[in-house]
Amino acid sequence: MKIAYDEMYAADGSVRANYQSYASWLKGVPDDVIVRKRKAAEIAFHQTGITFAVYGESSSKERLIPFDIVPRIIPAEEWVRMEAGLRQRVKALNAFLHDIYHGQEILKAGVIPAQQVLGNSQYCHAMRGVDVPEQIYAHIAGVDLVRAESSNGDAQYYVLEDNLRTPSGVSYMLENRKMMMRLFPDLFSRQKIAAVEHYPDLLLNSLRSVAPQSVTDPNVVVLTPGQYNSAYFEHAFLAQQMGIELVDGNDLFVKNDIVYMRTTKGPIRVDVIYRRIDDDFLDPKVFNKDSMLGVPGLFAAYCAGSVTLANAVGTGIADDKAIYVHVPDMIRFYCGEEPILSNVPTWELGKPKDLAYVLEHLSELVVKEVHGSGGYGMLVGPTSSKAEIEAFRSKIIASPAGYIAQPTLALSTCPTYVESGVAPRHIDLRPYVLSGKEITMVPGGLTRVALTAGSLVVNSSQGGGTKDTWVLEN
Amino acid sequence: MLSSTADHLYWMSRSMERAENTARMLDVTYRMSLLKHALIEPHHEWRAMLSISGLHEDFEARYDLPSGQNVLHFMALDEKNPGSIYNSIFNARENARAVRGKITSEMWEALNATWLTMHQTRIEGIEEDGVSKFFEWVKERSHLIRGIAHGTMLRDNTFRFIRLGMFLERADNTARILDVKYHILLPSPKDFGGAADYYQWGSVLRSVSAFESYRKVYRDQIAPKRVAELLMLNTDMARSLITCVNEVHRLLREIDGSRANLLLSRCSDLHSRLHGATIENIFSYGLHEYLSEFLEEIYELGKLINTTYFWSKDE
Repeated sequence: MKIAYDEMYAADGSVRANYQSYASWLKGVPDDVIVRKRKAAEIAFHQTGITFAVYGESSSKERLIPFDIVPRIIPAEEWVRMEAGLRQRVKALNAFLHDIYHGQEILKAGVIPAQQVLGNSQYCHAMRGVDVPEQIYAHIAGVDLVRAESSNGDAQYYVLEDNLRTPSGVSYMLENRKMMMRLFPDLFSRQKIAAVEHYPDLLLNSLRSVAPQSVTDPNVVVLTPGQYNSAYFEHAFLAQQMGIELVDGNDLFVKNDIVYMRTTKGPIRVDVIYRRIDDDFLDPKVFNKDSMLGVPGLFAAYCAGSVTLANAVGTGIADDKAIYVHVPDMIRFYCGEEPILSNVPTWELGKPKDLAYVLEHLSELVVKEVHGSGGYGMLVGPTSSKAEIEAFRSKIIASPAGYIAQPTLALSTCPTYVESGVAPRHIDLRPYVLSGKEITMVPGGLTRVALTAGSLVVNSSQGGGTKDTWVLEN
Repeated sequence: MLSSTADHLYWMSRSMERAENTARMLDVTYRMSLLKHALIEPHHEWRAMLSISGLHEDFEARYDLPSGQNVLHFMALDEKNPGSIYNSIFNARENARAVRGKITSEMWEALNATWLTMHQTRIEGIEEDGVSKFFEWVKERSHLIRGIAHGTMLRDNTFRFIRLGMFLERADNTARILDVKYHILLPSPKDFGGAADYYQWGSVLRSVSAFESYRKVYRDQIAPKRVAELLMLNTDMARSLITCVNEVHRLLREIDGSRANLLLSRCSDLHSRLHGATIENIFSYGLHEYLSEFLEEIYELGKLINTTYFWSKDE
């Protein structure tokens, strides 16, 4: 594998233009100051309780996501292109979702095999013919981008996956910025860095813009599975930042297809629900019967158009890894444009030719479960043992269509503080794209970093950390 | 305000207040038991402690003798006893955790730190000479948390539900202490003004921090009827029944009456009954009967608060 593209240093060791100002500042800061600041950051994150829970880990119920003090810096012109690409992609994904739950033009045109959509377990038949405000389904999209070298030798951005269900992590983006400004205020006066702090305002505006039509002053709430959910901190944080109520299923009830919240002054109507509960658990009357988290009758109220759910029900079909390969075609079909952002080349193991190639090259490839997420259920060939590869091989052979494979990308690196000092570590980027009456976003997003040397898995559940992300302004 | 939020705030403060009152009662009982006074029958005081809390059945099922050591463990550290100080603090913290975003961060941090220390104490146990120190600690934490609420919170319904839980719990506790102690210490004419009164009734006063207040108000020796008057009808006493009911009455009217007609009228009745009472007619009616009815009323108010504001299950 080639040496990965480094965000800060060019191949000849010189500092890239976007890091010039930072590098000259860093030169003037004594090492012990950095040590002290790192310690201060850790203590502050602990005290404010910015923690997450890891599934399956009983020993330490709450853990901090490690925060790294070297920012990821994105040049202005790169962001302009990225933003255009994200808008285009999310627009197409929303158009796709509306289409497959209504006229299914894209299937009729033969652009995507109908079986791959309609026969997919993520396709929600209950959503057929249900109209949603502004025809928006993925109100909040977390699009994972990575930078890697393409076949012609340039480092370019690829979309790794589109998270259209309940993407999380935005609270870390906001807290990381707050922490950086607190630790290094002087850095922010040296150059123009695009602000991200207004994200909660954008989110609230976006959510209000998709309220049911008749509502003039919509009541928006955040619906959480509860305080033992791994992302509860974020749910509480966003509700507080937006100044709206954080509710769980027991706070809501449905009467005559209208959703109410129970308050000390009696029932108050709810118009928009930013829900952080998966589809399956939303309404025990329609989906998982055993769900204790949801609200009985919610789906009927939703179908009746009296309440908006963000994201909509049934978005999982569009971020399914089997559908991922078709997103560039979606963009051509719905927008009549060439995609600005590239997909990672992908083998679909349901295709015999692809399967044969992948089984030959398992040790070089990354293989992912089609319905998996969060770094679970995947094989990273180059860093796996023979036994792990063989175990995975039998899983693939048992149900090939359940997997896709991609080349192992040499994800770009960014200098990162580790035990032994500063070393390059692989990173990705998750911008948050908000769709309502219009598409909005704050520049940048959440940068995740794989803290283990050589590791390409950045997920927090797998030991990843985060960095503040700067988009420079000209 | 969300009903569940109000519910958590109310139980957060009720649980902390309960922890404090339990600590107060245990502390006084413990001090009394050290006196080894000729007038005190062994285990008598400890048994009284259990009947105050209404927990003697649970205790007898799992412990043999109501010895000091057993009752102390049961009431302070036993995680199977829902009324133990350990569980009260646990409940206060769990309720606070659910509404972290609604209380000030100082408030949350104080409650969380209290729980962490409590948890550690249960693991390490309490040494013989650390008993009073432990009760002091519980009282101090309760004072601290109440003070933080007072010093940092907006005077909105969040604050009012916290106060409501506190005063309702306090009314209940003061009435229980008085009822049980009176029952045990039935005054006999020959003891009037004797040493027994001084110690026994003095301990009742101390359990509600009223010993000095008694001296100030009456400037006289300790007499059972006056103790009862002070703890029931004195509007200047922080923990008297009438003070608690005054506060509950005021808070309920401030919180919002639009759905609360039944609750408000019930509370008003109790309020005017207390204000019209004298200690003489309470005694001629029967103190125990009067206090039992009072406790019943407090219980009913709690139930009505549940249905009015928290949408309890039966609605």
